[in-house]
Amino acid sequence: MIPISWYLVLSLVLFALGAFGFIARRNVIIMLMCIEIMLNAVNISLVALGRGLEDTAAHLLVFFVIAVAAGEAAIGLALVVLLFKKTREVHMDEFRLLKG
Amino acid sequence: MTYVVWIPFLPLIASIITLLFGRWYIQKRAHWLPCIAVFGSFLLAMKTLIAVIHGARASFDLYSWIIADTFKVGVGFQVDPLSAMMMAMVTCLSFLIHVYSIGYMEDDPGYYRFFAYISLFTFSMLMLVSGNNFLQLFFGWEAVGLCSYLLIGFWYQKKSAADAAKKAFIVNRFGDFGFALGVFLVFLTFGTVYYQPVFEHVHEVAHETIRLFGHDVLLVTLMAVLLFCGSLGKSAQFPLHVWLPDAMEGPTPVSALIHAATMVTAGVFLVCRCHEIFELSNVAMAVVAAAGTFTCFMAATIAPTQFDIKRVIAYSTLSQLGYMFMACGVGAFAAGMFHLFTHAYFKALLFLGAGSVMHAMHHAPDPTDMRYMGGLKKYMPETFWTFLIASLSISGVPGLAGFFSKDEILWSAFASVYPWGKLVWFVGTLVAGLTAFYSFRVVFMTFFGEFRGREVLHGHEPHESPKVMTIPLMILAVGAVVTGWLGVPSALGGSNHFAHFMEPVLGHPHFHLSPALEEHEHLVELLLMGVSTVVGLLGIYIAYVVYCQRPELQRLLPEKCPKLYRYLYRKWYWDEIYLYSIIKPTLFLARGVIQGVLDSACIEGTVNGIPDLIRRGGEGLRKLQNGVVNTYALIMATGAAVVLLLIYLF
Amino acid sequence: METLVFLYLAIVLVVTSLLVVTNRNAVHAVLWMLVMFFHQAILFLTLDAEFLALVQIIVYAGAVLVLFLFVVYMINLRTELNIRNFHVFWPVAATVSIVMGVLAVEAIKDFKAGPVVGDMTPEVIAKVGHAKVLGKALFTQHILSFETAGVLLLVAVLGAVVLTRRIRFKGDEV
Repeated sequence: MIPISWYLVLSLVLFALGAFGFIARRNVIIMLMCIEIMLNAVNISLVALGRGLEDTAAHLLVFFVIAVAAGEAAIGLALVVLLFKKTREVHMDEFRLLKG
Repeated sequence: MTYVVWIPFLPLIASIITLLFGRWYIQKRAHWLPCIAVFGSFLLAMKTLIAVIHGARASFDLYSWIIADTFKVGVGFQVDPLSAMMMAMVTCLSFLIHVYSIGYMEDDPGYYRFFAYISLFTFSMLMLVSGNNFLQLFFGWEAVGLCSYLLIGFWYQKKSAADAAKKAFIVNRFGDFGFALGVFLVFLTFGTVYYQPVFEHVHEVAHETIRLFGHDVLLVTLMAVLLFCGSLGKSAQFPLHVWLPDAMEGPTPVSALIHAATMVTAGVFLVCRCHEIFELSNVAMAVVAAAGTFTCFMAATIAPTQFDIKRVIAYSTLSQLGYMFMACGVGAFAAGMFHLFTHAYFKALLFLGAGSVMHAMHHAPDPTDMRYMGGLKKYMPETFWTFLIASLSISGVPGLAGFFSKDEILWSAFASVYPWGKLVWFVGTLVAGLTAFYSFRVVFMTFFGEFRGREVLHGHEPHESPKVMTIPLMILAVGAVVTGWLGVPSALGGSNHFAHFMEPVLGHPHFHLSPALEEHEHLVELLLMGVSTVVGLLGIYIAYVVYCQRPELQRLLPEKCPKLYRYLYRKWYWDEIYLYSIIKPTLFLARGVIQGVLDSACIEGTVNGIPDLIRRGGEGLRKLQNGVVNTYALIMATGAAVVLLLIYLF
Repeated sequence: METLVFLYLAIVLVVTSLLVVTNRNAVHAVLWMLVMFFHQAILFLTLDAEFLALVQIIVYAGAVLVLFLFVVYMINLRTELNIRNFHVFWPVAATVSIVMGVLAVEAIKDFKAGPVVGDMTPEVIAKVGHAKVLGKALFTQHILSFETAGVLLLVAVLGAVVLTRRIRFKGDEV
């Protein structure tokens, strides 16, 4: 039996990596992928906890997270496509319209 | 006796009406209301005086001014010999000068303003002398200072006049500071500022001391010296004498009224009014005598070097005021007041006479310069005769007013119980000679010889002044002779009415002669009179020789002792000393330190700096919003990291 | 044995996600992510959550990643190889992430599970299967969430369609 804390640590490491990628990358699509990494990290910890506490609610939450993540990825990519069609640019530091 | 209230208030009302309406309604007829008002005050003052001679006294409050728990003071009036005499003198002189000004200020654009101001001044001076408490005295004190400022700087467009007015006011301020402290001390000691309780109880605190800078000083000494500071300022004694010569920038009637007869005598009045405090402190008496003696001597040495006729008379005033303080300093307060009384007449006469001469010379670039005058006695006979009478009076020629009052001072000094009496007598006699010399120097330079001013007057001839100016001169000349006869001493067979009149208020001086002289008291007095008369006549003769017979002697002093001459001509360099020791450091402190550092750096720095800081902070924060989403994410993550860090640490 | 498997899976997960994050080529990144998802599914299997493992593969690896690939090809960037792919401030970001990660790990590494809450014991899963257990709970206790998730997905579909359609006006060239 592997202690749950190991799974949680793994989850946190993945989350930190995903966060780093999200903050540091310029390409929008890679940023969205990093979001998926973060969500997956959360999923790992949820599943581990569900197994440890023997609660179905945790696994069901994973289920919903996956569903929402899929929907969010779809919308996000649609927006990226729109953005690219308008500006032919996918690098985030070129978008400075909110500069103030 | 409540009619005395109207004595100061009539001129006040006249002044206010003239000031408010003078510009549009009255204009050229502005003199009527003030003259009538002051004449009315004069009649009331004479009535009061007669009543007081018959024994009337009064002290009453008109109106409660301040009631603050234990501190009560009101607008009050005191009628006694001292105040009655002062009121009569002030109103008489004020009226004569009002009339004189009708002629002198005729073409001046500020005609109505002038009359409003001198009426206001008359009100202030009358409030000063008629009050029954220190605070009213102080009110009058400050008010006459204000009027002096307004009147010295009457021609305010002229920079030298404006500067002189400021100088007068500021130098007075130094004195007033000490004076205010004195009044505070009086209140602290006696719990009241009214004269009557203070003078009644002052004997009780005669031996109390105060610890000051590590020494024990008598309470009464401190009180008297502080009050005397005010006198130093107002009566222009050393070290606060520097404003009086410059005050000659004002119109001549102002010089006559304020700086000869009334305001500058307020200092003497104060000392005499508070003589009970002064008499309890030998130190204070010594201070008074020292200040008076030194000023008397110093001014008398400067006067013979000046060419401006008004300045000579100004220094003469300083010197004569010194005499009055010398009298007070040896305990002869009545003698001091007597000299004040006679001096008012002949000094006002001298000033008005000088004004008349200046009026004749007014086309010249500098109408006061005596070097361009001369031989005026045939052009202006009335001015000449009245001026001559005044000069004889001030020189102490027997029979005229100055003789009686000056000799009483000298005799009181010589016979005084105080140890400095002999020194005071000696300096006084010496200065009497100098006084005669420089007074007649003016007479000879101005009225005798050849007229030297033909070019500067562009061919005009000087002419006599109008009647409205010469009639007051003549009335004052009568005063300059007659007023002395009120105080004929017993040595000459008179009964000295003046001193007896003042005795209930001012007491009598304490004499102490060595036993040898004690028996021949009258003889000694006559002898001293003779000495001073001889000295005076000698002064007149020397002036005659130098300025009429052998004019080349005039250059004797400038050539033989140029340094001494320059020292005297530059007024002993007091103005320069004050400039470098007081004015420049103060200006440096004000502009350099306080304005430069505290104001600019600290206060402005903070007031400007805080908004600046906020602005820069805001601008800095604005840079965070650079539009790139990743930056925002970074900031969020940083925030989360910081929170975790804080939780971890604590 | 279990530990070895776990370690292998953990290392691969970390390495592949690192590769996703740092890769220049977007297509490579997507493929690395595919590897990551597979290993994550196996991780789920080791935790007795077989239904979720399959859902992970079907939805994530099968749908989401394919979507990503489509978009990547649509964007079709070739210049990625020459220009920088990180922001200027990436050291700061690294520091922040590391700090956050380290601190969180510090906090969580001694986690001990509390008493058992639910009824999903390994015996139950072995008996009826993970899907049945989840399904029973989903359709009885969490039916509202289920319906909401459905609506959400519908909205997502519609949104995607609406966002990317071309607006035609009368007389416009297509």
